[in-house]
Amino acid sequence: MAREDGANARSVIDIRDLSLTFETNDGPVHALSNIDLNIEEGDFVSFIGPSGCGKTTLLRVIADLEKPTGGHISVNGVSPEEARLARAYGYVFQSAALYPWRTIANNVALPLEIMGLSSEERAERVKRNMELVNLSGFERKYPWQLSGGMQQRASIARALAVEPDLLLMDEPFGALDEIVRDHLNEQLLQLWAKTNKTVVFVTHSIPEAVFLSTKIVVLFPRPGRIYDVIESDLPRDRTLDIRETPEFLKIAHRVRDGLRAGHSYDD
Amino acid sequence: MSHGGASASLNPFSRLMSGTAGPVIVVVAVIFAAWYVAAVLLNTPFQRDTYERAGQENVSIARLITDTLAQERPVMPAPHQVAVEIWKTTAEKKVTSKRSLVYHSGITLSSTLLGFLIGTTLGIGLAVLIVHSRVLDKSLMPWIISSQTIPILAIAPMIIVVLNAIGITGTLPKAMISTYLSFFPVTVGMVKGLRSPEIIQLDLMKTYSASQGQTLLKLRLPSAAPFLFASMKVAVAASLVGAIVGELPTGAVAGLGARLLAGSYYGQTIQIWSALIVAAVIAASLVTIVGVSERIVLKRMGMAQ
Repeated sequence: MAREDGANARSVIDIRDLSLTFETNDGPVHALSNIDLNIEEGDFVSFIGPSGCGKTTLLRVIADLEKPTGGHISVNGVSPEEARLARAYGYVFQSAALYPWRTIANNVALPLEIMGLSSEERAERVKRNMELVNLSGFERKYPWQLSGGMQQRASIARALAVEPDLLLMDEPFGALDEIVRDHLNEQLLQLWAKTNKTVVFVTHSIPEAVFLSTKIVVLFPRPGRIYDVIESDLPRDRTLDIRETPEFLKIAHRVRDGLRAGHSYDD
Repeated sequence: MSHGGASASLNPFSRLMSGTAGPVIVVVAVIFAAWYVAAVLLNTPFQRDTYERAGQENVSIARLITDTLAQERPVMPAPHQVAVEIWKTTAEKKVTSKRSLVYHSGITLSSTLLGFLIGTTLGIGLAVLIVHSRVLDKSLMPWIISSQTIPILAIAPMIIVVLNAIGITGTLPKAMISTYLSFFPVTVGMVKGLRSPEIIQLDLMKTYSASQGQTLLKLRLPSAAPFLFASMKVAVAASLVGAIVGELPTGAVAGLGARLLAGSYYGQTIQIWSALIVAAVIAASLVTIVGVSERIVLKRMGMAQ
């Protein structure tokens, strides 16, 4: 499995001069403007920025949950809508959004039912992906019987079961405590190293962004725009210990400076 | 018992009142007491007339009270008179007898259930259409709401007469009136229920590029289940009212409505009250059955914790 950071990596997401303006009763809101970004296969890209900077909106544009009002975007070489219809990505939301009337296994199987897979294929994928997120043995539990961290892991298994090459994650660990978050970060990293997926990850935690990413995109609010793109030279297989190294702290420092510059304390 | 330790030290009366059984018994006792007092007061004028005509004077209060509670056609029958009448017309009559309340209840119940079934199906169908089409939402909803502002007593005879004219008789016309009353709460409840999924749950379906039908089947309908049961409780009681009202205008010969009608023709107040009490018991049973199936279904869906 050759995955050197080389020049011949395939572009997965190509964004050029993208803008998105919401029309509201108080006038237009410029959620995104002048976004230029290229994400290559195997990248782990984090969007980080203060609230209201458009990081979630940008992710939703990639997922075709929002339509841009200007510029160009392609996902896997086609429009986001075509990519969505081809089920090119798995999406993990801020909350687990499990359906309460389905068991955990049936929640993971939901996208597979919609894709029309056979029951054997479904059972096999559910088993494999629940193992991947360490949820074996909880197949027949209902969501309310699981902790928040386990629910979020189930939602990751559900996104992975689609077997997408592209994983879009919107602050998936935002509501979890520090220890659980660290643990899931490590698991996610192992998963990414094992599967050669492209991940786009929204967060507002600097250590999380630096620990996970090969590329960190710092966004500014009003209008949402890219302030800095930081290529991380940390090794691909990392452990949580890396957070104590000077290289890690250097990158974290640069991210923090970017966030400071973008923060206005007037409001 | 969670609070058994605390109540054990109290006197027996306090202990009885600390649960639900005690207070319920007290409330029922108060209702019966009030009913008896009302029966005595309302039946006294007729009883005094009777004494006067018979030339009886200086009748004791005790005898007056006994007599007011034993009239043949009282203005207000006493609870025990109604109980005796119900016993005589249920347990002591053959089920096939025209004088058996079980027979009449069966007639009314069958059109109630048929109407409820059609009404619920219609209600769900309308709700599905309304949720999926803005045009239907705007055009159907006003009609659905205004349909319920027409007094059912005005529209019931028309439905019966029209259906009779085209050769439909028996249970179905009455069931149509039950349908008319029962589809409404189901439609309103299901529209709310089908719209109850959160944005995030709908977005999830979109990321799977699920069709509208798949979203309906796998997300909207299961989300609507609690709403459906809540509206079915209202609908089943309304169905019974519809079936009884449907028996009134045509002078139907069978059914609880027919018993009410016959009772009022001949001043048989005890018969009217018996039919009313039986109707109330049936309504309560139907609502209970819907409630029990709600618990079972939601538990099996994993939604009752």
